[in-house]
Amino acid sequence: MNLHEYQGKQLFAEYGLPVSKGIACDTPKEAVDAAGEIGGDAWVVKAQVHAGGRGKAGGVKLVKNKEEIREFAENWLGKNLVTYQTDENGQPVSKILVESLTDIDQELYLGAVVDRGTRRVVFMASTEGGVEIEKVAEETPEKILKAEIDPLVGAQPYQGRELAFKLGLEGKQIGQFTKIFIGLAKLFEECDLALVEINPLVITPAGDLHCLDAKVGVDGNALYRQKKIHEMHDPSQEDSREAEAAKWELNYVALEGNIGCMVNGAGLAMGTMDIIKLSGGQPANFLDVGGGATKERVSEAFKIILSDSNVKAVLVNIFGGIVRCDMIAEGIIGAVKEVGVKVPVVVRLEGNNAEKGTQVLADSGLNIIAATSLSNAAEQVVKAAGGK
Amino acid sequence: MSILINKDTKVICQGFTGAQGTFHSEQAIAYGTKMVGGVSPGKGGTEHLGLPVFNTVRDAVEATGAEATVIYVPAPFCKDAIIEAADAGVQLIVCITEGIPTIDMLYAKEYVDSKGVRMIGPNCPGVITPDECKIGIMPGHIHKKGKVGIVSRSGTLTYEAVKQTTDFGYGQSTCIGIGGDPIPGSNFIDILALLQEDPETEAIVMIGEIGGTAEEEAAAYIKENVTKPVVSYIAGVTAPPGKRMGHAGAIISGGKGTADEKFAALEDAGVRTVRSLAEIGQALKEVTGW
Repeated sequence: MNLHEYQGKQLFAEYGLPVSKGIACDTPKEAVDAAGEIGGDAWVVKAQVHAGGRGKAGGVKLVKNKEEIREFAENWLGKNLVTYQTDENGQPVSKILVESLTDIDQELYLGAVVDRGTRRVVFMASTEGGVEIEKVAEETPEKILKAEIDPLVGAQPYQGRELAFKLGLEGKQIGQFTKIFIGLAKLFEECDLALVEINPLVITPAGDLHCLDAKVGVDGNALYRQKKIHEMHDPSQEDSREAEAAKWELNYVALEGNIGCMVNGAGLAMGTMDIIKLSGGQPANFLDVGGGATKERVSEAFKIILSDSNVKAVLVNIFGGIVRCDMIAEGIIGAVKEVGVKVPVVVRLEGNNAEKGTQVLADSGLNIIAATSLSNAAEQVVKAAGGK
Repeated sequence: MSILINKDTKVICQGFTGAQGTFHSEQAIAYGTKMVGGVSPGKGGTEHLGLPVFNTVRDAVEATGAEATVIYVPAPFCKDAIIEAADAGVQLIVCITEGIPTIDMLYAKEYVDSKGVRMIGPNCPGVITPDECKIGIMPGHIHKKGKVGIVSRSGTLTYEAVKQTTDFGYGQSTCIGIGGDPIPGSNFIDILALLQEDPETEAIVMIGEIGGTAEEEAAAYIKENVTKPVVSYIAGVTAPPGKRMGHAGAIISGGKGTADEKFAALEDAGVRTVRSLAEIGQALKEVTGW
């Protein structure tokens, strides 16, 4: 689960990291009032969406008077911001963050992720802040400094100092950086983060370190114990079908093809998409109905798949491990009748009672094509969808 | 021979009296697994499925001599359950549970390593040595005792590979689901090393998926250390970047972890790759000459 910049900065502030005074606003009037409350004569206004590249897309602006703030807020609130990280429709803007302006001498980068290879939380720091860090890592990997956190002892101040000196910081900045490093490590662990980035972490003309942006991703598995963070969840930033699927504990990811897929198991769901592509078709979605594929969930899954108007045919691929395929077949028939499925449905059943299940489908009189194998299923569904 | 488990392996179940623990322990017993008891705190001294229930893993290990434990406890309690098992002196921990916070696994993995205990999972189907011992949620009846070792990050894809190797008549030595989480107890390399040493395993099927670099690391290991034929399939060629595909670990991030990169690394290591998961059996036939 991702957080907005303003939410990430709230967490930063709680952990003692230096952030600008800022107020997240829902209306142009609130934004104008916020500037008054913050004070000063220059501000930065930032559209809040779950995507990077906002500056280039016009979603971040330096403003000198309240009329500009009103204009910016009126322009963006309720609209979608399209950046190089979003799709063509962009992400809806429902909040504007108004902040005091921070002058910049130098831009650094500081971030942390769970590194699978070393099985550690790994911090990365770089003098190349303000740009895409993936690009820096690719083109000039020597400019990425790293520090691994041992889970049994936690982040140590010396690691912060080491990074600070290597970054070329000096004087009071060493202490400031170390404090940010330790605070961020504490935040990472206590709030179950999956990723955190301060890009840029700036040095002001007075020589102080300051967090100018905040990108925070939280481990979805840990939300049960992160109630406060869970409440920060903004479903408007997600695909509406994905959000609906999540309510039914179905894993759904929208894609751009025309063949809907319903599969049990995440790996097999990906494998099914791949085999559709190999057979000359394009999958419309990833959908894992999970191990307990009940009639109700199969029915909800059908509804979600068919809410995508691009879908011209559906492939159901079930490997019945513990569950019985004849029971699944009845679930599919019930769902097809209830939902009123108008497109061809190809079903491949394998495993427990597969033959009986296939027979049940054949006897149903519905527009259901029983496939004899996985390859056959893929070929049939591609044909049914009018491809190839 | 086989790896990790065989007909003599004594197994206990943590979360024994819960719905999952009960159902899958029944299945395991029916399969012939040497289940010797289970753990449910507060229910020690009672009996469940004809086996003794203990309050703690330590009690269970002392009383039964259990060597392996299978964990079905809910995700919020798994870190504790894994560490308890490691402290109690079992040699193998198989954690089936899905949804454990990653930070918990960072601790748990570090701890079991420090104790020299092997862990499989979490978020996995478990381990099976056909006709001998089944620890986990896989359907026993699709397996056949034989000569192919299967290691996979995905449950249902393992079943597909199992079915194909059964249909071709080759059977399986041991099948290991290492799980779909970012921090697994054992990775491909850990299992490949065991399969390479196992005299019963004549060929290996390795099934990976997008996310992370475990397959690339496995490819480098295979190149140097594995002499048995390896067939590999990687799921997720069509997966879009930045989207989590069901498994917590199945995500392409920062342009890394794509299926194409993994296929390329494996092919470079001399592994026979298949782009269609339906072709695993056929590819095995071709590389082994069986």
